[in-house]
Amino acid sequence: MSEESQNQTPQRTPLYAKHLESNGKIVDFAGWEMPINYGSQVREHTQVREDAGMFDVSHMVVLDFTGKDVKRFLQTLLANDVAKLKNPGKALYSGMLNNDGGVIDDLIVYYLADDFYRMVVNAATRENDLKWITAQADGFDLEIKERDDFAMIAVQGPNAREKTHSILKEKNVGPVSSLEPFYGIQINNIFFARTGYTGEDGYEIMIPNEDVALFWDQLLESGVKPIGLGARDTLRLEAGMNLYGTDMDETISPLAAGMAWTIAWDPADRDFIGRTALESEKANGSKYKLVGLVLEDKGILRGHQKVITDFGDGEITSGSFSPTLGLSIALARIPVKAKDHCHVEIRGKHLSAKIVKPQFVRNGKSVL
Amino acid sequence: MSNENPSDLKYTKTHEWVRDNGDGTITMGITEHAQDLLGDVVFVELPEVESSLSAEENCGVIESVKAASDMYAPLDGEVTEVNEELDGEPELINTAPFGEGWIFSMKLKSMSDLEDLMDADAYEVFCQE
Repeated sequence: MSEESQNQTPQRTPLYAKHLESNGKIVDFAGWEMPINYGSQVREHTQVREDAGMFDVSHMVVLDFTGKDVKRFLQTLLANDVAKLKNPGKALYSGMLNNDGGVIDDLIVYYLADDFYRMVVNAATRENDLKWITAQADGFDLEIKERDDFAMIAVQGPNAREKTHSILKEKNVGPVSSLEPFYGIQINNIFFARTGYTGEDGYEIMIPNEDVALFWDQLLESGVKPIGLGARDTLRLEAGMNLYGTDMDETISPLAAGMAWTIAWDPADRDFIGRTALESEKANGSKYKLVGLVLEDKGILRGHQKVITDFGDGEITSGSFSPTLGLSIALARIPVKAKDHCHVEIRGKHLSAKIVKPQFVRNGKSVL
Repeated sequence: MSNENPSDLKYTKTHEWVRDNGDGTITMGITEHAQDLLGDVVFVELPEVESSLSAEENCGVIESVKAASDMYAPLDGEVTEVNEELDGEPELINTAPFGEGWIFSMKLKSMSDLEDLMDADAYEVFCQE
């Protein structure tokens, strides 16, 4: 979870009452009162891996960009290149970098039309992102609109799509069920995207605030169980997906955060923010890389534990128990030359861990 | 939250329970309230048998999916037995905190130290504060 939290009255999503109805244990997350679990984090985790679960992610920030300069602007703002998006609805994952190449946020952007892109950024970074984006947009002909009228539900798991289809109006089942992975579609006032943060199939659905409670209830009735932020974290960790503020931040370049694949170097003349810094880092060689760790001894890996390798020390960025694998896993930033094996210092003891690619589980199965 | 703390047990401020075994030893574990706060327990680091502990000494760790929490010795004494079952089934702490989820036993330096701990009623009040 993010360590940042805003110093203000906690906010509630339109699903707050629903969380209480399902016995959600409420915690503060980036200034929002959100359910950490509804009884058992492990049970919820397994529910998503084996069947279907839903998350209230209404605290995330939806931004609509419209206007004739939008594409050119996003090509400057983002390290990945929206020019890759040729078909309407296609989504792109990208870092938004500062001039030093540090990650201001990671986000998803959808191409809806040549003059219309939709972006989803993290709740914890909301104010900072908006300030940055607005400042960079100076001189571009475009409009940015915060879509706080949207709530958002992520439905994830092997049966998530089928169960979602079962509650849709018949005429909408076709267009939604034929969405390819990483595509979205707006149908009337609902936006469906085949994306997620769990390593499972499913949808992220943006729906007007006033309609979301009914939609949630219908999903519940179709057998989709509510899942808290706790399981969201262990699911994304098993899937090897970064958490902003934990696995990377403004001081970390995407090259040291396992995000090299999100940097579009070509065309060479696309001058995105942070490019110069990244090019010099690339030329000099990165000192650190983000890897996966699997603990071989008994214990639990946690963020900030020291990682000891033959090439120097590193640090765990996020770690936990993996309910799917039944052992402890982590993401860690370690010297770029380290491989195969390392030790992790836990309460003064040096425990043995294997260095792996930062992905542990996909579609319910171990990929170790 | 459950407040069904057995009345034959004593309780610490760090949410451990203590059972007087009547033979100069006690058995300890964590309370229902504590396990509820921790969430799913996935690993327990137990103290070593025969180790000498002082009251309130950090003597092990209970790791839930959420976080690691220190475990404290309830009183002065020596560890006589640890619950090896927790190695394979740490979730016993969640499912039976007052029973099969016991953590360790110790021989107390002085049985009269038990009087320093809270009874079930006092512990209930303590939890609500």
